[in-house]
Amino acid sequence: MSNPLPTPVPRAEGGLQATSDPYGAERAFRAIALLALVLPLCLLAILFGEALYQAVPRLSWEFLTGFPSRRPEEAGILPALAGTTGLMLLVAVIALPIGVSAAIYLEEYAPDSWVTRLIEINISNLAGVPSILYGLLGLELFVRAMQLDRSLIAGALTLSLLLLPMVILASREALRTVPRHLREAAYALGADRWSTIRTVVLPLALPGVLTGVILSLARAIGETAPLITIGALTYVAFLPTSVSSSFTALPIQIFNWVSRPQAGFHVAAAAGIVVLLTVMLILNASAIWLRARLQRRVSW
Amino acid sequence: MVTPKMSARGVRAFFGASEALKGIDMDIAPRQVTAVIGPSGCGKSTFVRCLNRMHEVTPGARVTGSVTLEGEDIYGPGVNPVQVRRRVGMVFQKPNPFPTMTIRENVLAGPRLQGLKVADPDRVVEGALRGAALWDEVKDALGRTGVHLSGGQQQRLCIARALALEPEVLLMDEPCSALDPIATARVEELIVQLRERYTIVIVTHNMQQAARVADTTAFFYLGDLVEHTPTDTIFTRPRDRRTEDYITGRFG
Repeated sequence: MSNPLPTPVPRAEGGLQATSDPYGAERAFRAIALLALVLPLCLLAILFGEALYQAVPRLSWEFLTGFPSRRPEEAGILPALAGTTGLMLLVAVIALPIGVSAAIYLEEYAPDSWVTRLIEINISNLAGVPSILYGLLGLELFVRAMQLDRSLIAGALTLSLLLLPMVILASREALRTVPRHLREAAYALGADRWSTIRTVVLPLALPGVLTGVILSLARAIGETAPLITIGALTYVAFLPTSVSSSFTALPIQIFNWVSRPQAGFHVAAAAGIVVLLTVMLILNASAIWLRARLQRRVSW
Repeated sequence: MVTPKMSARGVRAFFGASEALKGIDMDIAPRQVTAVIGPSGCGKSTFVRCLNRMHEVTPGARVTGSVTLEGEDIYGPGVNPVQVRRRVGMVFQKPNPFPTMTIRENVLAGPRLQGLKVADPDRVVEGALRGAALWDEVKDALGRTGVHLSGGQQQRLCIARALALEPEVLLMDEPCSALDPIATARVEELIVQLRERYTIVIVTHNMQQAARVADTTAFFYLGDLVEHTPTDTIFTRPRDRRTEDYITGRFG
């Protein structure tokens, strides 16, 4: 024949019995990967444990429902907790519709042009901009130009700006997971684009969108720099009554307590950290719960 | 010859710069089953997608030429593709019921997506599911999602979903290629029944299937329509050498 078979590779000595451990490299890699996972988890656990240990004497109902005080043993966290809750609610109300709409436009409507690509690249860039810059923008735009003053709404708008790129990215990711053949099925039934998005695409993308939004919120809850920049107060002896009230937030309250010389305030700060971390973990857990719940309903 | 239900004249379809259909002239007779066969990549799926303006949904795809439905050009100026798709329904290769909807909601998805109010939804659901020969199997599970159904049942659900809009023409793009032989037989029986009321165009890889269900069969090759004749003729006395080579299994 003109086309001879290739010479077979000589068989290794010992047949199927491995002469040395052929999986050595794999095992080593697995160990390194495991270490990379365990190490940060340990650090987090130590931090949380340490804060918890210090905080024990102050963690009480009185701490959660008390107002800040000059006496560290009486200082409470209620205004900060209320401020943070209000901020998060407002941010969700502002950033969710705008972010999801922007994602729908970019993913479903925008033509594939250089303008679109420029916008896309810049959204990714904005997600990486240091948060203090958003604080400066918020100070200039909301506090001064729009004369919202150092209000809850100014803080919420500033944090919304910070979150929008992340919400848009997460929502686009979720929209992209909706299989193309389902959109085609809707078009073939005489649906226009908007009813396809509303009836078929959004219900499927919803778990991903909400997870993205909640995880962004959980990140924003700890943001301190932009709030300090726009002048969120550290000593607030009242609860915010409207969106134009001045306010404080958990990380700012903690920052304030940590920078005091009295040891008693450091204990209060530790207790504040425990509260902040708990709120964050609850948010993360609810994201996981929501996703699992919605996805069980929607399986294919 | 009866007036054709649909007529394609000089239909050329493109994906970007590449030409998938090179000028198709073809008539589709009313209340008959027209099969479209040919090797992979011959343009048969593209052709049926030109018949309800689904080709242009793919980014970068476009169509030239004309396709008439009852004498009216569906590519004419001012024609809304959404209106075309209400009259020319489609069933896809892979069963694609909407996963967020129940069986009942799936059947009613067409009117709902179009924003139409259904006067008697129960009657529409039962009628469409009976039409798709699925009613007896799902009548007690209308409130469950369609994802628990078998592949063949899902495909019949998709047929029911298309029938609920009472289309005039039903396009089927390899509707059995994801189904086992038993489910395939059921869908084929269904096609023969549906022929009483609808004009059907079915793309198939399976020549036996074309022989079983189709009144006429069209053979596509490399973006051309090679021949379109009554089904028994094409399988017994093909005119073109390429058709003969294909149906005798010499290529494709």
